[in-house]
Amino acid sequence: MRLDDLIVKRSEWLRGEGPESSIAMSTRVRVARNLKGRLYFSRANKKEREETLNILFAGVKKSSFFKDALFLKVREISDTDKQFLVERHLMSREHAEDIASKGLVIEEKEIASILLNEEDHIRLQVIESGFNVLEAWKAVDNIDTDLSKHMQFDFSNKFGYLTSCPTNTGTGLRASVMLHLSALAMTSQIDGVFDAISKLGLTMRGFYGEGTEAIGDFYQISNQVALGYSEEDILDNLERIIKKIISRERETRINFLRIKKFEIEDRIQRSYGTLRSAKIITSSETIKLLSAIRLGIDLGIIKDVDIKKINEVLLLTQPAHLQKVAGKEIPPYERDIKRSDFIREKLGVA
Amino acid sequence: MKCEMCKKKDATVHLTEVINEKVSKLHLCEDCAKEKSEEMHAHFGLTDLLAGLMEFDAAIQEGATGEDVGVKCPSCGMTYFDFQKSGRLGCGNCYEIFSKELGELLVKIHGSNKHVGKMPFKGKEVVREQEKLQDLKNNLKALVQAEEFEKAALLRDTIKEIEDKLEGKTSSDDQNVTG
Ligand SMILES: [Zn+2]
Ligand SMILES: [Zn+2]
Repeated sequence: MRLDDLIVKRSEWLRGEGPESSIAMSTRVRVARNLKGRLYFSRANKKEREETLNILFAGVKKSSFFKDALFLKVREISDTDKQFLVERHLMSREHAEDIASKGLVIEEKEIASILLNEEDHIRLQVIESGFNVLEAWKAVDNIDTDLSKHMQFDFSNKFGYLTSCPTNTGTGLRASVMLHLSALAMTSQIDGVFDAISKLGLTMRGFYGEGTEAIGDFYQISNQVALGYSEEDILDNLERIIKKIISRERETRINFLRIKKFEIEDRIQRSYGTLRSAKIITSSETIKLLSAIRLGIDLGIIKDVDIKKINEVLLLTQPAHLQKVAGKEIPPYERDIKRSDFIREKLGVA
Repeated sequence: MKCEMCKKKDATVHLTEVINEKVSKLHLCEDCAKEKSEEMHAHFGLTDLLAGLMEFDAAIQEGATGEDVGVKCPSCGMTYFDFQKSGRLGCGNCYEIFSKELGELLVKIHGSNKHVGKMPFKGKEVVREQEKLQDLKNNLKALVQAEEFEKAALLRDTIKEIEDKLEGKTSSDDQNVTG
């Protein structure tokens, strides 16, 4: 498998199916692991990091889950390709920026991937479409168990899996669900959700955009507590709270349509119209408009396009994806033109 | 504004709660807020992570001005003071060396410092052998006390064997494989 093969394949999590897919975009579960007897990344020198990377590659290669996987050294990946991997959720921005002795393994179906020599030696992740916490965990659990047959992980009877940062110690588990909360955002209930979440051992942040700004009302909610509970209990807590948020979003959407029918239809149809007729469009405007259209599909206002297509456009119109699809580097201004062309083509505008 | 729980002291803490999908604000005095947060802990053991991290921050600042913490991790050379500055540990052995301090910090972050989740495949083996080793050591003590020296000598050999095996396991099992 080569990196360029990914562009023609559709990410599993783009299916736009999966449970609660009109509100929950995708679920990501990851575990952090370290090799016993090796210095953690921040403490190791260049030579030790390089040795660790070799041990990690050799260990992962022994696992049958990664037989046909793509093994990459981050320093050998081009800038556009790195951006492409970040947009695809296969690499963190930090992992892409600090490239010394870092590795990446992508499993053939692109469901599982491993960051090597991150803050921890191993960050194994699985992404599933929709709200699918248990499925994603099951996959991570199986792969992690297999990896632990080929490598010895740092583990203490008392503290559990040992990690570089104590916020991950114990299970090393972080599960995140990406939610599309447009109705809660429109009614300013989102601030209440933010407050409540932090009291419940979870965190929430905007998915697109920097800091507190959440472009397009996409939010990621994750567990914070990783120690003192079994993996199942941690995930169960996350699941229960997310279910409540989803049902609140759903209720609000329905109420909204009842009370402010014209306002909401107007907003959604205008967004659809803009997206179908724009000749120059930035990435963040695209996300905002697609967000409104996604809501419109769920409310039955827009019928000639489905959620799956919108998810796909959302991913493929990001800067690096746009350039990968075009097969060449495109300067920013031309990118905005190219993006609008691409969207009109995808939405079937003649 | 008076505290909503005791209705006596002034409310200085403002909490947001979700009950039956309704978000409600709670205005409490410091004492009642503490009680309330303990109750929330007991409910699911959820940590007020923010409070935990604030204390973590305070600890960093204390450390920065306070006494020099001398103990170094023999494997990576890190002191607890180094950790407080960077927020990152240097190796697995740090957890052993700074077990007391980290144990307290982990409670602040997670509300607990006792792992009850999954174990690694290889870890399980080691844990089992360590348990066995402890049993044998207890037996050895009993034999010595009973002055059964011949039996004790035999048992000592067995213990040595297991210890050697465990040591081999924990040092370089996979690390000779590079590729
Ligand atoms: Zn009070
Ligand atoms: Zn250390």
